Amino acid sequence: MPTLVSHPDEVKVISRRFGQGAADIEKYLELDGYKAVQRAIAEGPEWIINTMKASGLRGRGGAGFPTGMKWSFVPKVSEKPKYVLVNGDESEPGTCKDHVLFLHDPHSIIEGTMIAGLAIGSRLGFIYLRGEYRYLLKIVEKAVADAYAKGFLGKNIFGSGIDFDIITQTGAGAYEVGEESALMESLEGKRGVPRIKPPFPAVVGLYGGPTVINNAETIANAPHILLMGGEAYAKLGTERNGGTRLFGISGHVERPGVYELPMGYSLRKAIYEVAGGIKDGKKLKAVVPGGSSCPVLTADEIDVGLDFDQMGKAGTMLGSGGIVVLDETVSIVEFALRVISFYQHESCGWCIPCREGTDWIKKTLTRVHAGGGSKKDIDNVQYLAENMMGRTFCPLGDAAAMPTLGFVKKFRKEFEEYIDGKRVDTPLITIDQLVGAH
Amino acid sequence: MSTVANTIFSPELAARFDHLVTIYPLSRSALVPMLLYAQDEIGYVSDAAVAEIAQRLDLVELEVRNVLSYYSMLRTKPAGKYNVQVCTNISCMLRGGYKILDHCKETLGIGHKQTTPDGVFSLEEVECIGACCWAPAMQINYDFHEDLTPEKVDVLFQMYRDGQGKDVK
Ligand SMILES: Cc1cc2nc3c(=O)[nH]c(=O)nc-3n(C[C@H](O)[C@H](O)[C@H](O)COP(=O)(O)O)c2cc1C
Ligand code: SF4
Ligand code: FES
Repeated sequence: MPTLVSHPDEVKVISRRFGQGAADIEKYLELDGYKAVQRAIAEGPEWIINTMKASGLRGRGGAGFPTGMKWSFVPKVSEKPKYVLVNGDESEPGTCKDHVLFLHDPHSIIEGTMIAGLAIGSRLGFIYLRGEYRYLLKIVEKAVADAYAKGFLGKNIFGSGIDFDIITQTGAGAYEVGEESALMESLEGKRGVPRIKPPFPAVVGLYGGPTVINNAETIANAPHILLMGGEAYAKLGTERNGGTRLFGISGHVERPGVYELPMGYSLRKAIYEVAGGIKDGKKLKAVVPGGSSCPVLTADEIDVGLDFDQMGKAGTMLGSGGIVVLDETVSIVEFALRVISFYQHESCGWCIPCREGTDWIKKTLTRVHAGGGSKKDIDNVQYLAENMMGRTFCPLGDAAAMPTLGFVKKFRKEFEEYIDGKRVDTPLITIDQLVGAH
Repeated sequence: MSTVANTIFSPELAARFDHLVTIYPLSRSALVPMLLYAQDEIGYVSDAAVAEIAQRLDLVELEVRNVLSYYSMLRTKPAGKYNVQVCTNISCMLRGGYKILDHCKETLGIGHKQTTPDGVFSLEEVECIGACCWAPAMQINYDFHEDLTPEKVDVLFQMYRDGQGKDVK
C-alpha cells in the first residue's frame, strides 16, 4: 500500500478524504459525498460550466487545457450519444498521483464523471484504468456498484428524470493508450493507435459521438469546485492556474510521496521543505518537473512556481505533476538513455520520425554511454530530436524529443566527458543491462 | 448457461463474458478486457481463447490477434504462476530498481521474460507501474510491492513459494 504523507504547506482539497476510508460509500456520504452532483442537477448545465470556468481548473493529465472550456466545446445538440471518458491510464514515468486518488477517493471520480455528464448532456461515462491497476479497478468497480445500489447511478438519478450510467474498463499495458484518441481506439476494442485531429473528441470522439475526456484528477476536482465555488477554488492558485494539484515527488528526496500543493507553489520548497530535501544530505543536480517527457531543470533553475505558465516560461512543463529529483551522483547520460529507451519502447511505430528517431537516439546514446561515442554524436542526437518536434502524428514524438533536447543542451559537458573517456559519475547501472533492457 | 456451447472458460468467466458483451454501445469494446481476463484464468491467451473470444464478438481471429499483439501485458505463451515485474524506469532506477532486477535475476536464476524450471516464477523488466513515490517497486501478478530492498525481495519470494503471497487464493 502506498504510504500517505503529509506536510503543513499542503492545501487539501482533492486529498481531503485521503486516509479516511472514503472508498466506503457511507463514509463518502458523511464527508459531503454526492452533494455536489445534486446541486449540479438543481442548477443545470450552464451553471456547472460557468463554475468550472470560474475555477480556473486546467487539465491534470499533462497539457493543462482549461476544463470548463473543454466542456463548453461539446455541441449542445448531437444526433449521436455523447460520452464522458475518464483517463486513468497513468503511465507517464514519474507519475503515481491518480493511483492514490483511485485508492482513497474513488467516489469523487464517479461523482465528477456524473457532473461532467450533466454539463454536456451525456448519459454514459467510462472510467478507464491502466491494466496494471487491477486492485484499484476492483475498488472503483465496488464503488460504482455501491452507487448503483443506492440509486445514485442508473435511471432517474436523484429524481432528476436524467439517466446516467458508468462503465469501468481495464487497459492491458500500453503507454500510448494514455493519449486521448488512442484511448478511444482501445476502448473500441482496437490497437491504441492515435487518430488524426481534427476532428477533436469534443465533436467526434468515442463511437463517433461528442466526448469529453479528462484525467482522473481533473474529473475528481469537479465536485469540490461545485461545493466550494469556482472563485474560491481559483483563489487557491495563481492567475489562470486555479486551485491545487497532486504532486508526486520521487527520486532522491528524503520524503517521497504524493502531496497536494497550491498551484504556483515554489519548486524549491516542494523539494527542500515538503519532500524533506535531498536524500542522505547529498546535493541536488537536476529535476524532471512533470513526468519524464518534461525538459530537465538544473539545480539553479528551481526557483520557479509550480503552475503551467511559470513552468512554461522556465522552458519546461508542469506536465503530469510527477517531480523526479536527481542528486549529484546521477549520470545524466545514463538518465537520458533510460528516458529515450522508454519512448523507443512505447512508440507505436505509426510515423517515421518517432519510430526511427527514438531508435536512433537510443542507439547513439547507448554508444556514448559505453564510451564509444564521437563528438558528432551529440549534435546528431540534438538534430534528430529537433527534427522529431512537431513532425509526428501524436505528441509522443514530442514527448521523446523534448527531454532529450533538455539533457543534451543543459548537460552537454557531461556528454562530452563520456566521449572523452572522462566519466564523472558513479554509474547506477551497467551498460549490458541498458542494452538488454528492451 | 453460456451463450457459447463449448466454452473453454470456467462457468463464472463464461457468464461474465456473456454479460460483458452486452454492456457497451458496441460489443467489440469488450475485446481488451476479455483478452486480459482470459489470460488471468488460463495463464496466457491461448489459440482456443482467441478462437472463442473472436466467436463471442463476431470478429475474425486475425482481428483479435492484431489487437492482442499490441498490448504489453498480454502474452501468447504461459508465464510462471507468479509473474515478477520489476520497474526500472526513472524513479525506480534512481532508488535502486536495477539492483532489485539484478537480485531477482540472481535469486531466481532467470532473465527477462523467462520462467523458472518449476514454473513458479517468471521475471520481467517493466516500464513505470505508477508506484514512483514508493520506489523501487514491482508487481507480482497484480500485487504491488514497494520500497523494495534485496532482503525484502527474498522474504516476498519465500512467502509466494509458501503459498502466502498477497494474492494467493
Ligand atoms: C503519449 C501520451 C500519453 C498520455 N498519457 C496520459 C495518461 O496516462 N493520463 C492522462 O490523464 N493523460 C494522458 N495524456 C494526455 C491525454 O491525451 C489528454 O490530454 C488528457 O487525458 C486530457 O485530460 P485533461 O484535460 O483533464 O488533462 C497522454 C498524452 C500523450 C500524448
Ligand atoms: S508519434 Fe510515435 S507514438 Fe505517436 S503515432 Fe507517431 S509513432 Fe505512434
Ligand atoms: S518509475 Fe517505477 S513505478 Fe514509476
